Amino acid sequence: MDLTVHIGRLPLKNPVMTASGTFGYGEEYAEFVDLNLLGAVVVKGISLNPKEGNPSPRICETPCGMMNAIGLQNVGLKKFLKEKLPYLRQFDTRVVVNILGNTIQEYVRLAKALDGAGVDAIELNVSCPNVKKGGILFGTDLRALARLVTRVKQSVSSTVLITKLSPNVSSIPGFAKAAEDAGSDALSLINTIPAMAINIETWKPKLANVTGGLSGPAIRPVAVRMVWEASRAVSIPVIGVGGIMHADDAIEFMLAGASAIQIGTGNFLNPGATAQAVSGIVTYLERKGISNIREIIGRVDGTAPHNNTDD
Amino acid sequence: MNRYFKAKIRENLPLNNSNNLLITEPLDPVTEPKPGQFYMITVGNSYDPLLKRPFSYLRTTPDTIQFLFTVRGRGTALMKALRKGSVVDIIGPLGTGYPLPGTRCTPVVVAGGTGIISLFSLIETLTRRFHVLYGAKNRDDLLLLHELERLGNKLVVCTDDCSFGKEGMVDAVLRELLADHESLSTSCTLYACGPKPMLKAVSGIAAERGLRGYMSLEENMACGFGACLGCAVKTIRGYQRVCREGPVFPIRDIVWEQDY
Repeated sequence: MDLTVHIGRLPLKNPVMTASGTFGYGEEYAEFVDLNLLGAVVVKGISLNPKEGNPSPRICETPCGMMNAIGLQNVGLKKFLKEKLPYLRQFDTRVVVNILGNTIQEYVRLAKALDGAGVDAIELNVSCPNVKKGGILFGTDLRALARLVTRVKQSVSSTVLITKLSPNVSSIPGFAKAAEDAGSDALSLINTIPAMAINIETWKPKLANVTGGLSGPAIRPVAVRMVWEASRAVSIPVIGVGGIMHADDAIEFMLAGASAIQIGTGNFLNPGATAQAVSGIVTYLERKGISNIREIIGRVDGTAPHNNTDD
Repeated sequence: MNRYFKAKIRENLPLNNSNNLLITEPLDPVTEPKPGQFYMITVGNSYDPLLKRPFSYLRTTPDTIQFLFTVRGRGTALMKALRKGSVVDIIGPLGTGYPLPGTRCTPVVVAGGTGIISLFSLIETLTRRFHVLYGAKNRDDLLLLHELERLGNKLVVCTDDCSFGKEGMVDAVLRELLADHESLSTSCTLYACGPKPMLKAVSGIAAERGLRGYMSLEENMACGFGACLGCAVKTIRGYQRVCREGPVFPIRDIVWEQDY
């Protein structure tokens, strides 16, 4: 069984990755899942300096989902390189570092430092809905996105560049194409969807930040649609993210056009979700008589009539 | 030992209208918890509600972990409906526990409402004389009274509506105790768990009198093991995770930012 997929020139032993912000720096999960089994670990978003994050409450539950407004709390570049990266390097898995900045210069400095440290890929976070500057501003302005991707691409030599797109745009193909044209090696989408929930007894928002990012199974159909649209618009690999809980969801994204997938909120419910997804994908391919997972990428038959008797 | 395991429901006994005793029987070898630690439990078999819920354990036996829970919302209503013989996913034990008191310290346990559940496992391990101050809204909300009386220490119960014990809030009872027992001001270790307004008031008393102690906090959390950062609270060392650095924190460490 060949589970190898490629993110640009980076081969992954299987398509299962973790989603940034849901897997800590890997060590939080080490007792629940063998990290050696995963295609890649994407770590919590890293900024130049440590970030404290937002006040609590930071999360709340919604139907088939959750909202968060963590505010990108992270240990900062220096501590990441010194304490977190060496830990992850012990494992036979790709290490992808999600980065975030307020300015293009900050992204460039982060990318250069990580390129020199030899991480396998950098994921540009241009889509976090929970911070006031930077982040989502790049993800929702075509020209700003193109400038950022171009500059970061110029600043790295060996590291694969993934751009994580925001769902908060009117045309995902346009943003996907802009990132590709600017030199991104791959795309990941979607990030959480900006959302709000209100406590009807207190008349106050349920999150201290007022709004937050919606994740979980509730957003999966939106993410599948966006992955399908984006993957048809570009020739670089697309990584599907959004409400993937198990292997069946991962397969759905790959049929839509994803070359790999990231599991996020699903890890909170089941800390072994990623490894179980890998074994579930193998079982699926065996059942279908498929020996190479790349055969299913983008193979959705968008024209055939179907019935939903298996739902 | 795995901290993510399946457990069979041996009993789910209603204690009154709003409280149940859930006796779970782990199907895998599990780690022994320390007083003050907690577990994340799956409450339903669908994605709505999505997240596991955190619960303090009440006690363990060689083959069971027991929880006492109050029905507050959809998640706990589903948990009340769990049938004997069904199997749930559990992660735990999680978080820090209550540090035991020093040899010369008198433990003073201050519980508000369901906070008594977290503190009960500590109380059962205390070997020297201690005080328990326990407040609830009314008589019906008081839990574990017989067990607390059986433990034979100094127990003061109060209710907001005077339906049982003294009238008033438990922080006022703490002030009275400290006024009546001058020696406690230099030799007690406070242990507190309860609603935020109560914990904030206890923190204030501790700060005024220079008392040491620990309190267990409750926050919304998605994972329970340190990954989501959803349960962070403000401390003198910046934001810390209730699920990992807590739920038990030194009282002096908590920075109270809001009015409750």
